[in-house]
Amino acid sequence: MKTAATVKKNRSRRSLSKTDRFTLATFVGIPTLLQIILLWIPAVVTIILSFTYWNGIRIEDIQWAGIQNYKNIFVNNPLFYQALKNNGIWLGFFVLVATPLGILLAYQIDRGIKGHAFYESIYYLPVVLSLAVIGIIWNFMLQPGGFVQGLMGLDIGNAISIYGNPKINTWVILGIASWRHIGYIMLLYLSGLKSVDPALKEAAAIDGATEWQIFRKIILPTMQPVNIIIVVITLIESLRAFDLVYIIYGSPTIFPLLNLLVFQNFAGQGISMKGAAYAVILLVLCIVPIITYLRINFKEDLK
Amino acid sequence: MSTGVVQGEKYRNGQKRKDFFISFFIGVFALVWIFPILWTVWTSLRPYNDIISYGIFSWPRRFTIDNYLNAIQEMKIGVYLLNSLIVTVPSVILTLFFGSLVAFVVTRYKYKFNLGLLLLFTAGNMLPIVLTYIPVFWMFIWVGELFGNRNMLYNNYGGLILVHVGFQVGFATFVLSSYMKTIPKEISESATIDGANVFRHYWNVILPLLRPALAALSVLMTTWIYNEFFWALVLMSDDSKRPITSALRRLQGQYVTDFNLLAAGAIIAAAPTVIMFFVLRKQFIAGLTLGSTKG
Repeated sequence: MKTAATVKKNRSRRSLSKTDRFTLATFVGIPTLLQIILLWIPAVVTIILSFTYWNGIRIEDIQWAGIQNYKNIFVNNPLFYQALKNNGIWLGFFVLVATPLGILLAYQIDRGIKGHAFYESIYYLPVVLSLAVIGIIWNFMLQPGGFVQGLMGLDIGNAISIYGNPKINTWVILGIASWRHIGYIMLLYLSGLKSVDPALKEAAAIDGATEWQIFRKIILPTMQPVNIIIVVITLIESLRAFDLVYIIYGSPTIFPLLNLLVFQNFAGQGISMKGAAYAVILLVLCIVPIITYLRINFKEDLK
Repeated sequence: MSTGVVQGEKYRNGQKRKDFFISFFIGVFALVWIFPILWTVWTSLRPYNDIISYGIFSWPRRFTIDNYLNAIQEMKIGVYLLNSLIVTVPSVILTLFFGSLVAFVVTRYKYKFNLGLLLLFTAGNMLPIVLTYIPVFWMFIWVGELFGNRNMLYNNYGGLILVHVGFQVGFATFVLSSYMKTIPKEISESATIDGANVFRHYWNVILPLLRPALAALSVLMTTWIYNEFFWALVLMSDDSKRPITSALRRLQGQYVTDFNLLAAGAIIAAAPTVIMFFVLRKQFIAGLTLGSTKG
């Protein structure tokens, strides 16, 4: 007869049978192996390849390049600095305009203004669309013979190229990107807002606080953890941004972005491993936000 | 006391007026927001010749579903949709399965490597994917040649599924483990006392409790994997095997002048995720709330 005490003792000694230990090892082992083989090893290999010349065909042909690929990127390469600048503009616009708009929208919808459920769905709709579809949809709006040019009274004969015009294309692209980003931030923030105690807001309102004061003095401080996470997401999204631009232009020459340069350099001229070097630069830029994100999410566990 | 009430009333009246404007403003913007989508639907329902002869702003003489029929016949949209299905469904199921396995072990058993493992999976989810393109591509080719079948992973549905699982499993693990932490330890303890082995503990005790989280995640994952198109461009050389979102890019080039046909194709491609969003909206939002974030 086992008493409760011995059972407890057994458990605390972790007396798992051989089969059980094997099951646990399989449970963890297969996914971890997959993750390491498909993600971590390739990431390390790319870092190594960034210091080599390789045409990507035979492994014997790999040649050591030292930091030459990086030199080629940093020296005499206006495309890289343009990409850096564009990623910077993207980031600035997302942090200062798109993300705050998403947060404000979430706040208003959370207050239950008229038609809030309907608005919520509409603003979120672009987020469920594939960028491949978004590219086509916006093409209908902006291309020669499209809606916007039609409104401007430009028929196909004297149409202008909106995407090709360097004076406006940055803002057009940021606008389309925000079309998706705002809805995403809105929904993320909305889920956080549900946890804010409504009594707090009511008390402040009765004391005569204005809507703006309530938002700044009550909502924003209580939402601090969510705020940080949303800023981190915005940072990472801005650094990784490129699918939309790829869909629109197909090449990085008109609107270069870091990610686009990686893709082009590895798909196109394979002789150098410049694409790998671009990817490593991108990784370095992403490291701080990634670590911040991990530290917030695993704060208690890491102690 | 009474002045407070009067003040409160004045405040409420002012607020009502303000709320009306805010609601109006947000409403107008909502129309702007949805307009490009509606315009695409509108375009897809009009005959090509109508637009050519009367212009895009002309009042439609008739509506037609011919564009949709043509999209299916000419563009072979149905084939691409099927490809999407073949890739997405197993990817989602495997991702959730693997994610739940890892989450189960790290939250139900105390091992030293638990935190490290969780960090590995979560960080993996945030790596810039481009970092892996070159090696994964060559690895697939190389493994294929090793087994004497070049298309074992490369240009193969299986390879694409594997990649999706590898990249999404980190997020699933992260979300499911934070969800599992809320399941009381006592449930696991009594299962162990009752003599359930590890597999039964997972399959009969924990997995049923995970159902809401799995439902929410599956909706989210389906959307992401269905919408992803880069991996297929890198790993699928046969256009006829590509999922719809990847195929659209080529179709866009090919049918660039036939607005209406392209519009119909885009709408068909968008339909699955949009319908899913409206039908399973609750799960969708719950999924985002659970994870709170996705890089």
